[in-house]
Amino acid sequence: MGLPVQKVKSPGERLFDLFLILVCAFVFLIVAYPLYFVVIASVSDSTLVATGKVTLFPRGFSTFGYEEIFRDARIWVGYRNTVVYTFLGTFVNLLFTLPAAYVLSRREFRARRFLLFFFVFTMFFNGGLIPTYILMKDLHLTNSMWVFILPFSVNVYNLIITRTFFETSLPKELYEAAAMDGCSHFSYFLKVALPLSRAVVSVIGLYYLVAHWNDFFTGLVYIRSNGLQPLQIVLRDILLSNQVFAEGAGAGGAAGGYAQRYADQVKYGVIIVSTLPVLLVYPFIQKYFEKGVLIGSVKG
Amino acid sequence: MALQSGKAPIGASGVPAKGSGTAARPPRTANYRKAFARDYPLWLMIAPAVAVIFIFNYVPMYGIQLAFRDFDFTKGLTGGEWRGMHYFSQFVHSYMFADLMRNTLFISLATIVFGFPAPIALALILNQVKWKRAKKTLQTTVYLPHFISVVVMVGLLNVLLSPNTGIVGHLMDALGYGDVNLLASTKAFVPVYILSDVWQHCGWNSIVYLAALSAVDPQLYDAAKMDGASRWQTIRNVDIPALVPTIVILFILSMGGVLATGFEKVFLMQNTLNLPVSEVIATYVYKIGIVSNQFSYSAAIGLFNTVINFAFLYAVNVLARRFSNISLW
Repeated sequence: MGLPVQKVKSPGERLFDLFLILVCAFVFLIVAYPLYFVVIASVSDSTLVATGKVTLFPRGFSTFGYEEIFRDARIWVGYRNTVVYTFLGTFVNLLFTLPAAYVLSRREFRARRFLLFFFVFTMFFNGGLIPTYILMKDLHLTNSMWVFILPFSVNVYNLIITRTFFETSLPKELYEAAAMDGCSHFSYFLKVALPLSRAVVSVIGLYYLVAHWNDFFTGLVYIRSNGLQPLQIVLRDILLSNQVFAEGAGAGGAAGGYAQRYADQVKYGVIIVSTLPVLLVYPFIQKYFEKGVLIGSVKG
Repeated sequence: MALQSGKAPIGASGVPAKGSGTAARPPRTANYRKAFARDYPLWLMIAPAVAVIFIFNYVPMYGIQLAFRDFDFTKGLTGGEWRGMHYFSQFVHSYMFADLMRNTLFISLATIVFGFPAPIALALILNQVKWKRAKKTLQTTVYLPHFISVVVMVGLLNVLLSPNTGIVGHLMDALGYGDVNLLASTKAFVPVYILSDVWQHCGWNSIVYLAALSAVDPQLYDAAKMDGASRWQTIRNVDIPALVPTIVILFILSMGGVLATGFEKVFLMQNTLNLPVSEVIATYVYKIGIVSNQFSYSAAIGLFNTVINFAFLYAVNVLARRFSNISLW
């Protein structure tokens, strides 16, 4: 009904459509192009990149950057460390966060409100860098891999998201029925609550994973030994301090033959190599994002 | 965070059913013991989280007293001589104070002014895109930069903005701006910092607004259409009012972080040339405390920062409750 009438759009609506298309195209290009450029620049001839000749397609195919990266032991030590910290860290995060979130979602739990305040308070007030640093020193956590894993293994924001999810998506009758059958909290949590909560476990699992992978601060403040440094610290040396080539110092390089543009090509490659793992996980979790953010913000 | 709208009171809280045992109440201690006997599996499950938060978040709060004492390696955290407000007045009277306050406030206020409305606008625009596949592609693209680490983000800026070899450098050249080094100029630091921040997080931050928009009752849109509202009018009169509660809450939270500029990005973007505008409280605390080992002075500066943040959060929350009936607590 009324379809023919609807088809004819007023000039104002047409203008709106045009505006919408232009804005969307602009947003898409401004976000996607720099990312695309890094990819094509990393496999193009560095002279052409440096003189601005590479804009839409790779030119003068070269894998120089990647060859340098594969030869550089620092990157692989950092990579290995970060992989260990990320997997172990995320495991501990989930091990501590999920049961706690379940407990906070149980309405019959007496200490619930008090404990919730105990957690939320730390979001707004903290001891600050120096007292925390001294504590880590006293606990012998500085210059140890455990500083990446144990401290701050419970992120309160993630805890609240998970709690709200448990609270809103698990029907009350489910626990009552299970308890009738003699099911304890432990087995209910493991066998019923967790399998029903794949969405929230994936989302906060990803949040923790990415936080560990991208963690730069912990390495900067608490780690002195090079053998323990995570990938992000190595990346800082390469990308920002310009210590691109393991053998030589600075952009000039040991032989003096390396110019800034060679260094830049290594940098483009490093950006890709270091971000790839996160980007590989991303598509699988993406469908849960909206759900995860929604439950985290609207309810509380 | 306990988000709570003044209009919609939260439902049943965790208060156990009262009234059933009014006749003969057992003594309180026995009551607690019984509750504990019933709840001990729950206590076991939450114990690791409580322990970790207590040790790493609450114990350092006890260490705040360092800001009022001299730090003495041999006597530990609480053994040093009591100095009262000495280190605070040292900071307030130091030659760095004005610069630090100005830089910190300027960077974070500018971030709020430009970074806060951007995701709202993006969500309103995305919400208008009816072609599903285009919308999905656009969303996937704009969420992506959020997952790039700060180090890589600043590295990206360095290679792209490099005046001789970067693509933005060439662009500026072509537009006739010549060799401006965006990375090492005091004028460009804050714009580069903020624009790159918007570029990286605008998409991700729009998710929460998109979620709020998807919760709008479709009947409202139908009614607007019946009344002959244009899409622009629908955005103004349906979409934006629907976002107001979310906007207020997120605004309070961002005001609470007004002196909490992201340490990592500022620190990594610093160089000797832009330092006059890029030294902020967080980076100064790190340099004085961790690099130069002046623990007490640094702890005092950090505490100063935390207290001001908390005060801001509190004040904005009170104002929000007064004017919009929406608040954090």
